[in-house]
Amino acid sequence: MVELKIRAPVSGEDIPDPSAIPALAPGVMAHSKPYVASPEHQEAIGFPGELVDDWEERAVDKLGELVKNSRGLRVYLDTCVKCGACTDKCHYFLGTGDPNNMPVARQDLLRKVYRRYFTFAGKYFPWLVGAEDMTKEVLDEWYTYFHQCSQCRRCSVYCPYGIDTAEVSMAAREIMDSVGKGQKYCNEIIGKVRKYGNNLGLQEKAHRATLEDLEEDIEDETGVAVRLPLDEKGADILLVTPSADFFAEPHIDGLIGYAKVFHHVGASWTISSYASEAANFGMFIGSQDNMRELAMRIRNAAEDLGVKRIIFGECGHAWRAAYNFMNTLAGPFDFLDQRYPIPQHICEYTYDLIQKGALNFDKSLNDDIRLTFHDSCNVSRASRMGDKPGGQYEIPRAILREVCNHFYDMADDTIREATFCCGGGGGLLTDDLLELRIKGAQPRMRAMQQVAQDHGVTHMAAICAICKTQFAKVMPEYGFEMDNIVSVHQMVSNAIILDGQKIDREEGEEQE
Amino acid sequence: MLTIAYAVLFYGAALVLAGGIAYRMWEYSTTPAPLKIPTTPAPVTRGGVIVRMAREVVLFESLFKANKWIWLFGWIFHAALLLVLLRHLRYFTQPVWGWVVLVQSPGIYAGFALVAGLAGLWARRVLVPRIRYISAPSDHLMLALIIAIGVSGLAMRYVFRTDIVAVKAFFLGLMYFDWQPLPADPVLLIHLALVAALMIIFPVSKLLHAPGLFFSPSRNQADDARERRHVAPPLRTAARARQ
Ligand code: SF4
Ligand code: SF4
Repeated sequence: MVELKIRAPVSGEDIPDPSAIPALAPGVMAHSKPYVASPEHQEAIGFPGELVDDWEERAVDKLGELVKNSRGLRVYLDTCVKCGACTDKCHYFLGTGDPNNMPVARQDLLRKVYRRYFTFAGKYFPWLVGAEDMTKEVLDEWYTYFHQCSQCRRCSVYCPYGIDTAEVSMAAREIMDSVGKGQKYCNEIIGKVRKYGNNLGLQEKAHRATLEDLEEDIEDETGVAVRLPLDEKGADILLVTPSADFFAEPHIDGLIGYAKVFHHVGASWTISSYASEAANFGMFIGSQDNMRELAMRIRNAAEDLGVKRIIFGECGHAWRAAYNFMNTLAGPFDFLDQRYPIPQHICEYTYDLIQKGALNFDKSLNDDIRLTFHDSCNVSRASRMGDKPGGQYEIPRAILREVCNHFYDMADDTIREATFCCGGGGGLLTDDLLELRIKGAQPRMRAMQQVAQDHGVTHMAAICAICKTQFAKVMPEYGFEMDNIVSVHQMVSNAIILDGQKIDREEGEEQE
Repeated sequence: MLTIAYAVLFYGAALVLAGGIAYRMWEYSTTPAPLKIPTTPAPVTRGGVIVRMAREVVLFESLFKANKWIWLFGWIFHAALLLVLLRHLRYFTQPVWGWVVLVQSPGIYAGFALVAGLAGLWARRVLVPRIRYISAPSDHLMLALIIAIGVSGLAMRYVFRTDIVAVKAFFLGLMYFDWQPLPADPVLLIHLALVAALMIIFPVSKLLHAPGLFFSPSRNQADDARERRHVAPPLRTAARARQ
C-alpha cells in the first residue's frame, strides 16, 4: 500500500527536524478512510444502521442542534480568522503534506456547511466566504478527513482563540453517526463496552482467569504473592484501567507495576468486572450519551463494591474523560472519601508514596534502559495531575527519574504542551488506517531518533494504552524495536523491591 | 443631502454594530458549555483565568508560541489600531480629554504601523502556500477594506487635507442630534463610507473573533473539574431525572 520504510537513524546522520513543514500535496491522503460501521454496530449504540434517505437535511439539522448546545463549537466555528498559526501544528499534516490535514482546513470542511446554512454571509454570499451545500462529496470528505484527526488538541494550544479542532472532529463524527455513517472501529468497541464492560469483549470468567495467571507469574518471578483482586466488595480502592492492560504488551507490565505498588503499601483494592474499562470511546465520536453511559458504569461499580476511592490506570483519553467529564456526567461522587482526589491517577498515587518514602527501589535494575518520556495528548493538553498546572508533565517524570538512572527528554518543542501525538489516538488505532498512523507518528519518531542519536536513548515510556499499542506497531518503521515502548509502571515494576522479594541480580552484576 | 445620507448611514452602522455584537454575546452566553474543556495547563482558579485571558488579549500569547511572523504583524496591527481609535476620540469629545491629546502624535505613527502590519499579513496570505490555501475571497477583501481605511485616513492627514473642525462638528452633531454639514471631500467620504461598511459587517464576519475570544471554553475555563462539579443547564435536568 505505501512505500514507507524510513531508515533507522545511523549515528552522525542528520535527523530531519520533527517540526519540518512539508510542501503542500493536495489529495495525497484522500484515499485514507476507515471501514464504515455495519448496521448491527450502529444500531447497538443508538444510531441508524445505514445512511438514511433524507440524510442531507438530517445532517444539517443535527449540526444546528450541536451548535445550539455547545458554546465551544459555536465560538470555534465563528471566530477563526484564517491567520494560519495552526497550519503547521498537526502531526498528520507534517507527516503527509495533505493540506486538508492542516487544522484550520479540517475545520473548514465543517465550517463551510455551517456557514451555508447558519450564517448571514454564507446564506447570501456563499462564494465570498467559501460556504458550501451539504452534498455527498462533502460527506465523503468529512468521513475521510475527520478520521485523520486524533483529537490531540495540539492545534488548540497555538490558536490565538484556543479553537480546538478536536471539538470540531467530534461534532462531525457525531453528525455522521446520526445520519447512519459511523466508523466501524469506534462503534463496534463502544457496543462491546456497553455489553461486556470493556473494549475487548472480555467476560468475567476469562477476566478472572487472566488475573490469576498474572498473579502466578508475579509470584514465580519475585517470590511474593502479589494479588490482582477482582470484584472484591468492601475494598478501599477501585482500579479502573484500560482493558489492554490485561492483555497487550507492554501494557500488562504496567498493570503488574500498579499491583506491586498497591501490594507494597498494603492497600486494599479491586478491579471490577462490570466496569473493566477505563477507555471511553464515546468521547471520540462526540457522543455525550455514550460517554455518560460508560461513565455511569464506573459510578455504579464503585457504589456496588462500596469502595472509598477510584484510581485510574495509564490511559490518556480515559484520564481526560475521568478527570474532566466524569464528575459532570456521572457525579456527584459524594459517597467516596472526599480526602482523596476523585478520581485519582495511578501516577499521582505512586508519586505520593514516593514522596512519603513508602516505596523501595533499586534503580540499577533499569540500567539496561536509556529512557525518554512521551507526553500523551489527552494527559498533556486536556487534564492535569497533582495540584499545580503542569503536574501532568512533572509527576510521571519524577517517577521515572526515581526508578531509572538514565532519563533524557526529547526536544522542548515536542514535549509537554507541545507534545506530538503518537499518531493513533482519537479512535484511529485500527489497521485500516495503518498508513495514516505510520505517517502521523513521524514527528514523534524523529524527536525520539534525535535523543537516540544524542544520548543513546533506547526506550520511550508512555502512560496511555493507545500510545503503547501504536508505538509497538510503528516503531519498527522508524528503526526501533516494538518493545522499545514501555509503560511508566513497568519501569516502576522493574525497580521496586517488595518485602521478601528474591532478587535476581544477574543483570545488575554484569554491570559492575 | 450628503450630510443626511452619511448621518443615516452612521446611525444605521452604529446600531448594527452595537446590536449585532450584543446579540452575538447574548447568543454565546446563553449557549451551554456542557463539559470542561480548558486547554491545559490551565489556571486552577477564576483569578488565574483572568490573567490568562489578559495575556492572550494584550500579548497574543498563544500566537507568539505558534508563529513569530504572524504574531509580529498581527500584534503591530492591533496595537496600532488601538492607538488610532483612541486618537479618533478627539472627534467625539469636546473638550478633548487630556490623554487623548497625548496620543495624537503616536496615533499618527500608528496609522503607518497599522497599514504596515496589515501589508505583512496580506503578503503572508498571498506568498505562504499554506495560508493561501486556507484563504477565501472574504479574507482578502477584509484586509483590503481595512488597508483602504488606513490609507485614506493617512491621505487626509498628508495629501488631501479636509476640514477636520467641520468633521468634528458633524460627529458631535450626530451624538447630540443636532446635525451639522459634512465637508464634501471625496477622500473623507470614502474613508467614512468604508468605516461604516466595516461596522456593518463586523457582527456577521470573522471580526467576531474579538468578542468570541472571551467565550472560548478552551481559554476561559478554570482547570478545576475535580474540585467543582461543572454542570451546564441541559445536564442539570438529566442529573435531576436520575435522582
Ligand atoms: S486535534 Fe490534533 S490531529 Fe486534530 S487537527 Fe488538531 S493537531 Fe491535528
Ligand atoms: S490558529 Fe485559530 S484562528 Fe488561526 S487559522 Fe488556525 S484555527 Fe483559525
